[in-house]
Parts: sequence; C-alpha cells; structure tokens
Amino acid sequence: MTDARFRIQAAGPLVTLQDAGRRGHLRHGVPGSGPMDRFGFAAAHALLGRETTGTAIEVSLGGLALDWVEGTCTVAVAGGGFRCTLDGVRHEGWDVLTLTPGSRLTITGGAWGSWCYLAFAGTLDVPRWLGAAATHGQSGLGGGMITPGQMIRVTGAEAQPARNGAYDIPPIAKPRDTLRVVPGPQDHLFDADALTQLSSAAYKVTDAYDRMGIRLDGPTLALADALSIPSEPILRGSIQVTGTGVPTILMADHQTTGGYPKIATVISADLAPLSQHRAGDDLRFKAVTPEAANAEARAYAEATHAALEALRAPRLSLDDRLARENLISGVTDGGQTGP
Amino acid sequence: MTWPRYTEVGDCGLLIAFADRESEAAHARVIALDRRLGCADIPGLVECVPALVNLMVVFDPLVTTHTALRAAVGDLVTESLRASAGDQGAATTQHNIPVCFDADLAPDLPAVARACDMSEDAVITCLTATPITVAMYGFAPGYAYLTGLPPALHVPRKPAPVRDVPKGSLLIAGPQALITTLTMPTGWSILGRSRFQVMDPEGDPQFRMAVGDTVQFRRVPRAEFEAGARP
Repeated sequence: MTDARFRIQAAGPLVTLQDAGRRGHLRHGVPGSGPMDRFGFAAAHALLGRETTGTAIEVSLGGLALDWVEGTCTVAVAGGGFRCTLDGVRHEGWDVLTLTPGSRLTITGGAWGSWCYLAFAGTLDVPRWLGAAATHGQSGLGGGMITPGQMIRVTGAEAQPARNGAYDIPPIAKPRDTLRVVPGPQDHLFDADALTQLSSAAYKVTDAYDRMGIRLDGPTLALADALSIPSEPILRGSIQVTGTGVPTILMADHQTTGGYPKIATVISADLAPLSQHRAGDDLRFKAVTPEAANAEARAYAEATHAALEALRAPRLSLDDRLARENLISGVTDGGQTGP
Repeated sequence: MTWPRYTEVGDCGLLIAFADRESEAAHARVIALDRRLGCADIPGLVECVPALVNLMVVFDPLVTTHTALRAAVGDLVTESLRASAGDQGAATTQHNIPVCFDADLAPDLPAVARACDMSEDAVITCLTATPITVAMYGFAPGYAYLTGLPPALHVPRKPAPVRDVPKGSLLIAGPQALITTLTMPTGWSILGRSRFQVMDPEGDPQFRMAVGDTVQFRRVPRAEFEAGARP
C-alpha cells in the first residue's frame, strides 16, 4: 500500500466525484446527490473485491482522460456500456486495470448508457461536505467537479493485478424501458385521464438531462385547474409536471422542495436502470401500489446483492479457468459415455 | 377532506399533511411533529423533511413499509394536532441578523420602495420592525424560507431572474424573505446583504436556523458589515 497520484488530462461536463451520497439534510435543502446509477457505482467497487463503496469518479458522456503520475493502483470501470483505452489499447465493457506512472486512461461513451464509474483500490483524498464526498452539482460542494489539470491523490493505493481483465455486464445493469411508478402525491389534481395517459403513452428522454432531472417529451399531462400547491418536500424519482404539462423526473441533485404538482414517483428499484437511458430513448410507465413498490425494493436489493457478490468473487487465472472447464467437460463426458 | 392525511410517495416516503392551504396552525403542527419525530426511535426512519403544510418521512424500505411506518407515527401525529399557531410545544431561537442596505448591496431597494409607495428608509424600517418565521428550507442548500413579512412589503417576483446574485443577499418576494447561501440566479428583489451564514460549512451546527425559529433583521452600517461581525 502506497500513496498514488494522477492528473486529469480532460473531463467533459458533469464529471464529478461521488460517494454513496449524504443522508439527513433534505430538511436543510440538501439532496442526497451520490451516483446517478447506484448499481453501476456499487459494481465498480465490487469489481475490486470491495464490500463497501468509497469515492469514485462519475463519468458523463463527456468522457474523462487521466495520466497516472505516481504509485501503482488498480481501478475498475463499470456502469453503462462505455469504452476505455489504456495506453492506446481499447477495452470494451466493464474492466479492471492496473495503472502505473506514465499510464494514460481514457473513458468515453460507448454503445449504451449515460454514466460510468471509475473506482480505485485506495481512498481518494478529496473534500467532504456534511459527512460525504458526493458532489452537489449546482453548488459544487462535496468532492467537487472534475476539471482538467486537477491532481488527485489516492491514499492506501493497492495493486491487484489478479483482478485485471474484462468482466461480463450483468443484465440487471441495463436500462429499463418500463418504469414502475406509485401514483401521487398530487395525481388527484390532474385531469381524470392524465394517469391513464401516463401509463399508456410513450415518453422520450430529451437532452434536457442532467444530475437534477430528466425532462421528457410526450403527451402533455393537463392539470384539472391551475392550482398551485404549497411548496412541499420532493424525493428522487418524483415526476413533476410544470404549468405547460411537461413531465420531468427528478434525479440525484433534485431540489428538495417545490410547488409543482407531482403525478407519480418512480420506484427506487427502477432509478438506476432509468439513469442509463439517453436522449431519444422511449420510456413507458406502469402504475403499481405502494405495497408492490415496497416488495420490489426488497426484491431489487436481493437481486443487486447477488449480482454484486458475483462481481466480487475472486477472478480465476486463465489456467484455473481452463482447468475448471476441462474438469466440467470431463465430468460431463464421463456421464455420457458410462461404464 | 379530513386531516391529517397520509400519502404514500414512491417506495420510501410517507407524506403527512395537516392542511392543503398554508396557515400558521398547519405549520405549527408540522413543526410539532418534526420535533417529536426527531426524538423518537422509529425503526427504518431515515430522515424527516418539514415544509409549510406537510412533512415527509423518508424511510428504508428494507426495514419498514408505508403501513408499518404509519402505525408507528400515529400517536405522534395525534399529539401534534394539539399544537396551534404560536405554540408548537417547543422552544425556538430568535436570530438577530445584521443587514447592510447600502445602495450597491441593495439594487432593488428603489424599485421596491416605489412599488410599496414608501421611502427607502421606510421599507428598511418596516423590514426590521418585526420578527419573521423560518418556514422551511428548499430550492438550494441552506435556503431557509422566512415567512410573515408585513403586507405593506409584499411585492411580486421580478419578470426575469438576475444571474450571479452574491451569497448573503437578502431577498424578498410576496410574504417571504431569504438570505442566500450560494451565488445563484434569482427573480426575487435584492434588498441588502448580510455576513450571517445560514449555512456554515465550518460551523457547528452547519445550518444555523431550525424550522420554526424566528429572525429579526437589524440595519448595520457598512463598517460593521465589512468587519463581518457575526451576531
């Protein structure tokens, strides 16, 4: 274990430092922030064999390039279908790589997905705010935005070359086209058919997509009358409808209160799969009961736990894998031929 | 409609409302419930967010459910119904906040004076005469909405927002006032500047106003503002 350092060579907009997020300060106007795709973020740490999550770099479609300056450190790239290049060699999909001084790593948008995570076998030495390194976009508070020229230190950096290589992306990491929603809290303020329309029409993700929210394009959702409601607390996943009837799904850096009516809330199990959509993708919504949403939260936690365990498992060496395949084929062959 | 009203929000929120229109009584009940929940030990409760007429309870859906949580908070909600305007059943703090109203720090003071048909000095006197209440936080970190401005000072939002308004600005719109904590755009009228930090990253507590507290503005000369003396 040593200290290591790297310098940001290039970073697109909306590339930030994020940990799992902060809790307990919605009451002070501070949203949870943290990763847009919580599963991809957790997966990047699992690929390093880690049980807990630290601070990672959240990479937007704007991409990231860094130069490794000092020390040796293994890193993992997960979340979305991004493309990374290490010293001119292209790696597709999710990868674990070990960086040494002189290495240049670039991450750019690939076949699918909007957010990718670069996690480190070590601890990023970055600012914390209210107990977390998660960056709140509008204020820049927390770990902060990633900017070209910035030097970042990794304490306790470890080389884990045994984990190097490409990993299969689990199906649970992929975007979901149908999002489950719990109607309300203000569904009663909309036209009688608005909820039906939300559940039957297709909505497109627009390019008005950032860490605060995703504006949608599709049939407008008419309010029964021009009622404004007293400003009230908002949660991540709320589908807020402005006066023009346009829905916006609020995400990691959402405002904590607001006076626009909210027709429904996307269940938390579908927020990570939602986050990996891109402008132009079609979304559909399906209403579920609060009880079903509670049950889905538990089912999703079990499914993600299993997927993360699989990513965390020690990586077998090529020899080990060949030996295991031979062993398995041997057993199968034995069964087929019989005595 | 009967009150309180419980609404399930997604899979991890329970919204408890005491009214659908703003009133001092409804807000007093929100504050009373918030204080009670802050002292309670309820399994799965993650955080509470008090607002004007309702309060959001955020919970961990792996630990509890809307139904179980509703049952767990029922008695506290019933007790909170006894709170009335001006009596939330808990002590509150009054914050004395120094504000400098010099012209370069108060670009909208002349327009507000004209709109209210008062002199600029009369606007300042009216603004600093009576305490106002911390209604809730929202919009951005540390943005504490203060409510209860004298009706004579109620002005609408400006038609277009102004960019890069410095932090520490005293803003007003309708019955509300606010001391900004970040340099942000705003459509509210800018009446002065304070060094009082509602959100103080180095402070303990880091957020110096609690919902339900009162705020008394105090006019200070430039020298005292520049000195940055904290109240």
